Amino acid sequence: MPDKKLKRVDLIFSEDCGYKDVLAESLKMSNEKILQEILDSGLRGRGGAGFPTGLKWKFTSQEPGDEKYVVCNADEGEPGTFKDREILSRVPLKVFGGMAVCGKVIGAKHGYIYLRGEYQFLKADLEKALDEFHASLKESGFDFQIHILMGSGAYICGEESALFESMEGKRGEPRNKPPYPTIAGFRSKPTVINNVETLVYSFMICRIGAKKFQELGTADSRGSKVFSISGDTPIAGIYELELGMSLEDFVEEFGDGDTKAVQVGGAAGFCVPRKKFKDTIIGFEGVPTGGSMMLFNSSRSMYNVLKNYVEFFEEESCGQCTPCRVGCQQLKKGIEAVKKGDKSAHYLETLQKLAETMKVTSKCGLGQSVANSFSSIVDNFKEEMIY
Amino acid sequence: MPEIKELVKGLADKHGRTRESLLPILQGIISEERFISDAAMTEVARELDMSAALVYGTATFYSFLDTKPRGKYVIRVCRTITCDMKGKKQIVKTLEDLLKVNVGETTKDNKFTLLETNCLGWCHKGPAMLINDEAYTELTEEKVSEIIGDYMKNK
Amino acid sequence: MANTVNLKIDGIDVSVEEGKTVLDAAKKLNIHIPTLCHHEDLCVAGNCRVCVVEQEGVKNLVASCAMPAQEGMVIQTNTHKVRNARRHVVELLLSEHNADCTKCYKNTKCELQSLANEMVMGDHMFIDLVPDKNYTVDMMSPSIIKDDSKCIRCQRCVRTCTELQHVSALGVAYKGDHMKISTFFENPMYDVVCTNCGQCVNRCPTGALIEKNYVDEVWDAIYDENKHVVVQTAPAVRIALGEDLGFDVGERVTGKMVTALKRIGFDSVLDTDFTADLTIMEEGTELLTRLKKALVDKDTSVKLPMTTSCSPGWIKFIEHTFPEYLENVSTCKSPQQMFGALAKTYYAQKRNINPENIVSVSIMPCTAKKFEANRPEMRDSGYQDVDYVLTTRELAIMIKQAGLDFLTLPDDKYDSIMGDSTGAAVIFGATGGVMEAALRTAYELVTGREVPFENLNITAVRGMEGVREAAVKIENVLPEWSFLEGVELKTVVAHGLTNAKKVMQAVKDGKADWHFIEIMACPGGCLGGGGQPIPTTPEIRQKRAEAIYAEDEGLPIRKSHENPEVQQIYKDFLGEPLGHKSHELLHTHYHERKRV
Repeated sequence: MPDKKLKRVDLIFSEDCGYKDVLAESLKMSNEKILQEILDSGLRGRGGAGFPTGLKWKFTSQEPGDEKYVVCNADEGEPGTFKDREILSRVPLKVFGGMAVCGKVIGAKHGYIYLRGEYQFLKADLEKALDEFHASLKESGFDFQIHILMGSGAYICGEESALFESMEGKRGEPRNKPPYPTIAGFRSKPTVINNVETLVYSFMICRIGAKKFQELGTADSRGSKVFSISGDTPIAGIYELELGMSLEDFVEEFGDGDTKAVQVGGAAGFCVPRKKFKDTIIGFEGVPTGGSMMLFNSSRSMYNVLKNYVEFFEEESCGQCTPCRVGCQQLKKGIEAVKKGDKSAHYLETLQKLAETMKVTSKCGLGQSVANSFSSIVDNFKEEMIY
Repeated sequence: MPEIKELVKGLADKHGRTRESLLPILQGIISEERFISDAAMTEVARELDMSAALVYGTATFYSFLDTKPRGKYVIRVCRTITCDMKGKKQIVKTLEDLLKVNVGETTKDNKFTLLETNCLGWCHKGPAMLINDEAYTELTEEKVSEIIGDYMKNK
Repeated sequence: MANTVNLKIDGIDVSVEEGKTVLDAAKKLNIHIPTLCHHEDLCVAGNCRVCVVEQEGVKNLVASCAMPAQEGMVIQTNTHKVRNARRHVVELLLSEHNADCTKCYKNTKCELQSLANEMVMGDHMFIDLVPDKNYTVDMMSPSIIKDDSKCIRCQRCVRTCTELQHVSALGVAYKGDHMKISTFFENPMYDVVCTNCGQCVNRCPTGALIEKNYVDEVWDAIYDENKHVVVQTAPAVRIALGEDLGFDVGERVTGKMVTALKRIGFDSVLDTDFTADLTIMEEGTELLTRLKKALVDKDTSVKLPMTTSCSPGWIKFIEHTFPEYLENVSTCKSPQQMFGALAKTYYAQKRNINPENIVSVSIMPCTAKKFEANRPEMRDSGYQDVDYVLTTRELAIMIKQAGLDFLTLPDDKYDSIMGDSTGAAVIFGATGGVMEAALRTAYELVTGREVPFENLNITAVRGMEGVREAAVKIENVLPEWSFLEGVELKTVVAHGLTNAKKVMQAVKDGKADWHFIEIMACPGGCLGGGGQPIPTTPEIRQKRAEAIYAEDEGLPIRKSHENPEVQQIYKDFLGEPLGHKSHELLHTHYHERKRV
């Protein structure tokens, strides 16, 4: 049973600190100290996968060589997610601050922000903020340069190795792993790649300390998180909440009174039906999310929801590996055929097995996560798939 | 043709002539031309001394790097579920009626191309659309008519 | 000494060098893991996912071709999870694939088909996606057919075209369900930078890339009583044809091949070796002439280094990529085309046949030769010099169609005229062979002595290194060649167009002082040609090379200028190398093509 109640937090967007002071102080701290703070904080990646941020930084800092990179993943493409846009437009300097601190720790002189093409309109303001930031860095005497690279409409480029490929001017096709980015990332050099939000939290941990951050959240999910809330809710928007609350509390706060299901984590995430709200914790011990929370009330057809998702994946798969490329097409055709009656309801079981194969055989997280929404929607709303 | 040559050369001068320069160059062509013609790609291949098939393969990977002729204003309506729930279909219909084209088509005067796209990141303010790089949110039929009317008149 | 790592596969311990993959380790244990996108000549792709295995402690399956073997790894290749996954993957590929197997050119030779066979596919599990795909078939190239409906998107062709050939006529385009293998703007293959080398055909696991076949046309000609059908066989065919007809790799089948061609019904079975020797006479003289003009006459318009011109893949490559160096290319036509031009002139005269009634067929290890035969430059006899080009593979098909039991055929000898061969001509089939043959003749021509290598084997130019340099010091020359006294003739040999590009780039950058460059478009030279039996691997090419050199050593004459029929043709018909008649029939010029 979840023991945390829903609690709003104000860390990310807080204006109580000048980024300059935090930056100056952080840059004075020893690398070991910063690393220890990040490790102790328990911060895990806020993009969705949840890899411990401190470990990423540590591994990269241990790699030999002086050509290393910090990459900020601002290719926010998960349906239902819009927090990074908000963070970048409201507190860009904190994002840059997180990158600079990371650069200091791992020994990188260049940082890159890979910004999705859909957010082109942010670029001019970001560049203005960057000028200011670079000036502050100059004052502090820390040699670090941040560059902005644009995406051009490809969801898969949010996958870290695909993002590197894209940065290198290629098709955004995920690479084989290992090697991982900490060893061979951008330009095959050791690279830390963090989500926008993760970088801001890292920066804030330098300010408030690991202890204070740790006080928030649960054992598996320390701290707070920015949620993008949309769908059937009267108060859609961006909210920073402590991790570890139950979905029931969440729905109570944000639902419209008739919530039948919540899609946690976007199209790549899980669909939780009403009957499981109570026992579902939002966090790594329960259902993790990169921030996307889509609420559906009883007027919605879950078949339409699922079809929208599989169409999305069918189009946004990079297409290189068989299970993802063909699997997505089969899932879409399959649910259509069942709905039309061309295939019997039993065919859903075949599709469920296929989804499981996609999960275990796909080359990257995209193909592996299609099964999340597919299986959870088909399992929980089977009759909607058939009739 | 000479203009394309000049454009590509200028972009290569600005962004460099390595493989890493490819996306910025292609993006630069898009912001000038709204699409990347075969002539433009041939020039890019020449400037970067790389295979044209690889330029084509890279361009076609990215939804925003159109390789088919597009209008001066490319409208991309978000088709993700939350926008869909908030009335995206009606918005598309309104646009189709206003522009007298179907999704995927360009107006006869080459001014507008109407497309659908995946999540634009405005789920709390759906339905949303981009016109070139500009985002428009919380669209209604009236709002869309106004926006398009403005583009027709003033741009 | 590289570090080794120890792992366990299916309960068996195995040690491999660090850097090897799980697939390599399994191979070492003779554990068969099915693969599709994997190819020994190419970089790891890891995209078909057929080779997945279970790794202890890892939730998802891993692709064994892409997973480095690591210390302490525990791998299972044969579990329920693995079996189900592989089967699903193959089912998925089949659902996108136009499985008209019995009508397919690759029927029984398709890797997807054998996988399906291995897994005993029954009723198709998934929905057939083919009807909704707008697959296209490009049949416009004279060399290669690209059928997208057969494509499984393993990208072997793309990697071949990029890594081995530095051509990248093929790339991957679009994404998701629209992802496909495509040329620039989906233009037909004949209209892009494709060199027709056919290396993609050699590595395509299915029928998506195949040679354009002319078997029926050749049968029609044979059955036409008014036609006199001559056939020439390239050097590299005789050492590989057997692979498609039940022999082991590396077995020479020259005599059986001749018998088969005669029984098939060709009116005259002749040898491209004859014109290979002629090429040496012409090209060797051309090189010496260029050297003289440059060294003695100080003629700065003479282009050096001179490159060979036998490989039509190389010719098209240079036309696209280094057109400014076309004058450096020897003006000699390839042996195939010399043969074609002479078949309808010299041969026709000698045999008293109206050249109009001659159908000239060649059996080549090559798909680019099909394109070459169709070039407008190749009509100097007054007709199309070579009418049909068949690959080694197509000849194997004809032999089977003719009902011949190839394994038990007796040996026979080539017909005459234009059927004489030498060892020098045979080695044209291996990378470095043209260089070696040219040196054997040129050195002797200039010095009056045999090349100073044991048993005529110029081992410095042999081997499978991508680029190989060799220098031969010319001393004690005959009086008429005194300008070459003391000159160190510098040569370089490259095979595979990626290596050709390196060599030409060095020339372009002024970093090279070679006199003579041999370039073959295909890895290994013609023995690894795009028309040779499939599969191809470094090991197979090595065995074929050994067979070629064995054939050379077994022949009584091993120098081109000693080929009696070559001596005869100069006496009776051509006059002298680079003479008027030669220029008319045996030499040509090539032209710049667009870069993309």
